[in-house]
Amino acid sequence: MSSTPTPGSAERRDAGSRHEPESLTDALGHTAPGADPGLTEELQQELARQQPEALAPAPAGDDRWREAAREIFAGRPAVAVGAVVLAVLVGSIMIAFTDEGVQEASSYFFARPGDTFAALGQAIGGAYSALFQGAVYNFRADGFARGIRPLTETLNYATPLIAAGLGVAVAFRSGLFNIGGQGQMLMSAAAAGWVGFGVSGLPLWLHLPLALVAGLAAGAIWAGIAGVLNARTGAHVVIVTIMLNYVALYLLSYLLATPGLLQAPGSANPKTPPMLETAILPRLLGGSYNLHLGFLLALLAVLGSWWLLNRSSTGFALRTVGENPRAARVAGIDVPRATVTAMLLSGALIGLAGATQVLGSVTTGFSSDIDAGIGFDAITVALLGGSSPVGVLWAGLLFGAFKAGGSAMQAGEGIPIEIVLVVQSLIVLFIAAPPLVRAIFRLPQPGARKKVSA
Amino acid sequence: MTAVTTDVRPAPDAPVQPRTVATTSYKTPTILAVVSVLLAVLLLAQPHAGDARFALSSGADFFQIPVVVVPAMATAWVCVALMALLTAFAFLRARGKRRVPGWAAALFAVLGLVAFLAWAAAGSPRDLSVVGLISGAIALSIPIVYGALGGVIGERAGVVNIAIEGQLLAGAFTSALVGSITGSPWAGLLAAVVAGILVSLVLGVFAITYRVNQVIVGVVLNVLVIGLTSFLYSQLLVPNAETLNNTPRFERIGIPLLERIPIIGQALFNQTVVVYLMVVATFAVWYGLSRTRWGLRLRSVGEHPKAADTVGIKVEATRYRALIIAGGVAGIGGAFYTVVSIGQFGKEMTAGAGFIALAAVIFGKWDPVRAALAGLLFGFASNLQNILNVVGAPVPSQFMLMLPYLVTIFAVAGLVGKSRAPAASGEPYVKE
Repeated sequence: MSSTPTPGSAERRDAGSRHEPESLTDALGHTAPGADPGLTEELQQELARQQPEALAPAPAGDDRWREAAREIFAGRPAVAVGAVVLAVLVGSIMIAFTDEGVQEASSYFFARPGDTFAALGQAIGGAYSALFQGAVYNFRADGFARGIRPLTETLNYATPLIAAGLGVAVAFRSGLFNIGGQGQMLMSAAAAGWVGFGVSGLPLWLHLPLALVAGLAAGAIWAGIAGVLNARTGAHVVIVTIMLNYVALYLLSYLLATPGLLQAPGSANPKTPPMLETAILPRLLGGSYNLHLGFLLALLAVLGSWWLLNRSSTGFALRTVGENPRAARVAGIDVPRATVTAMLLSGALIGLAGATQVLGSVTTGFSSDIDAGIGFDAITVALLGGSSPVGVLWAGLLFGAFKAGGSAMQAGEGIPIEIVLVVQSLIVLFIAAPPLVRAIFRLPQPGARKKVSA
Repeated sequence: MTAVTTDVRPAPDAPVQPRTVATTSYKTPTILAVVSVLLAVLLLAQPHAGDARFALSSGADFFQIPVVVVPAMATAWVCVALMALLTAFAFLRARGKRRVPGWAAALFAVLGLVAFLAWAAAGSPRDLSVVGLISGAIALSIPIVYGALGGVIGERAGVVNIAIEGQLLAGAFTSALVGSITGSPWAGLLAAVVAGILVSLVLGVFAITYRVNQVIVGVVLNVLVIGLTSFLYSQLLVPNAETLNNTPRFERIGIPLLERIPIIGQALFNQTVVVYLMVVATFAVWYGLSRTRWGLRLRSVGEHPKAADTVGIKVEATRYRALIIAGGVAGIGGAFYTVVSIGQFGKEMTAGAGFIALAAVIFGKWDPVRAALAGLLFGFASNLQNILNVVGAPVPSQFMLMLPYLVTIFAVAGLVGKSRAPAASGEPYVKE
């Protein structure tokens, strides 16, 4: 993800890193003017690269607050908020222009422009009120217990998004693009589902974990294929995972269409039988809410991934490989091994998403669309979350809210749920190009006030 | 010792003798052997009694060939025996350190296909239409070939295009919309080109100008186009299906005389203009990339942008131009779905063809002609599955559909030929 430095700059950076930054400043101060203009310039550039703030005038007095504000608005969160605002704006425009009321009113726009604006407000207002009431709190429901139900739906939709988003993020941090979320989810759903309805006579405490582990393992293996191929032959992970998506799709359709494998007995539909009671994730808030144990598992996965990436030596190895595989190899890290590990972990996390889908959300039997686009949504979640576990949690919740609210919007206002896809992908596009968002909102560019930009 | 070496060393003015290094590669013979054995195992494990009926003619031919009826198993075993002979020949060639000739591989493929078809169609009361097999394969390969050509242009210029699927879908949508409004398939085709270019430009802005990772942009663009087209389809096209989603289609144009050649005439020479254009486009892209100054510059930008920049080639502008052309070409492929095939748009109707096109780019080793051939092959695999369904063959269709993707995985893993991407593909260029 990060731009690879050119060989020249890498050398310079290596040379610079031998000294403390202070000594570099010292060196800059001690070079005799005119002795070697090239050297001074190079030192200055190196200093700017290492300590951009060193060359900027120190903030004094009132400027301190302005500096703080600048830091906030030039940072990632501001860009994230800006991207969300922009995307929602585009979504509103699309809703407005395809709304029948607005089209009708705009046909006599010059006679009564007020009508057009009223219709615009009605269309957009209606859409967002439906979105909010579908995702957070339904004001029209009687009583708190029913009004809060949408929020639990949001958490429910967010569960697989968080789990799969973590999977993609772990791979990202290791410098790998796991585009194969769809295939890994399908395989894990097949495995978890097979254990879920096929193995009978086990108690809940044994059956459910068994089904979950089967799902995790299947996801890990499917992603591991790409990892092993990359480590052994150098095959590109992006290409292999994309192709494995379709292999998984057709493999699952075959399993679903063949009696005796995954197809429900006595049925001609490509669909599995329902899960057994003992393999279903327990509901967290009683029978009237769909929220299931999977959400807590996803939260655990956030904690686990955070620990793994930031506190464990495996995570350190993965991140090092992700930042600079060449340096990692020099430091004695087994890069192929790290690649396989990263893909296995990534696949297992995505496998959790697949398993919670079939054991928690769709327990009445599933078909080959069980992934519901989550494999690709996970990529957007990981990007919006900046590939950090906590970021992924928030991003997953946001997109979960979009999905829950989108369904309500489709049911209540007749706005196709695909608008959510549009908004989601626009958010990620804008997030991925911070300079664009900063330019649109006139946010300060980082380092804009510095004399030398690296 | 030194004296001996000086004696051996040739005189300085002696002519240099070029030395040919012969390498023994058993890869091709091994693959042939594996395929032959697999086929034989299939025939042994699942024998099918009965005759296979091959229909070779269509109504308009110069002369009619009667339906060929052959005993299925005998035909299949004869083919397998011939395949085994070819395999042995390939092993001998490899031992003699010589390449396995192309005609041997082609003959092997044809024999394998005949054996498989005979086995699959055995005992079926319906004729297996060879003409339908070929013409259907061509139809299904149109979007794949155009998409692959677009992909090749982009990647040779150093821009990985995961968004071929998005370009196809955008092309399909706009051609349906514009074709319906104007009532002209040509306008629809043009609109598809524009739509493909638009997707390309978005890819360019983010991948070239803002240097966002190209894979990310590609993936997100696909989602964006799916979202946009599905949203507009539900909001605009469904309520106004008669006026906005009902485009006229291109008529088939038969080439006089050629179209009446038996077996291949109807399949190859009685097609829509988009098919003929496909041949022209493939040749044009090949010529452009490998024989013109434009192509040289484009490839240099894709292989070593810094070197290209040093000699004065504008890297970003070259990449933008390449992407625009690539988008236009892929857009034509998208138009196939509406103004050639069924005349109306449907949600996510490209169904992964863009990714098969990507597979064809890789399987074709980033060469336009090979990529187009790979696209034809993948189209053939998809259509074979249709034909087998018609004759009621006992082959799970899913495995036929899986084939292109599996083949591509083998290809990138280096098991079937070595695929090497352009060196700077996927790398944004940062000018210093």
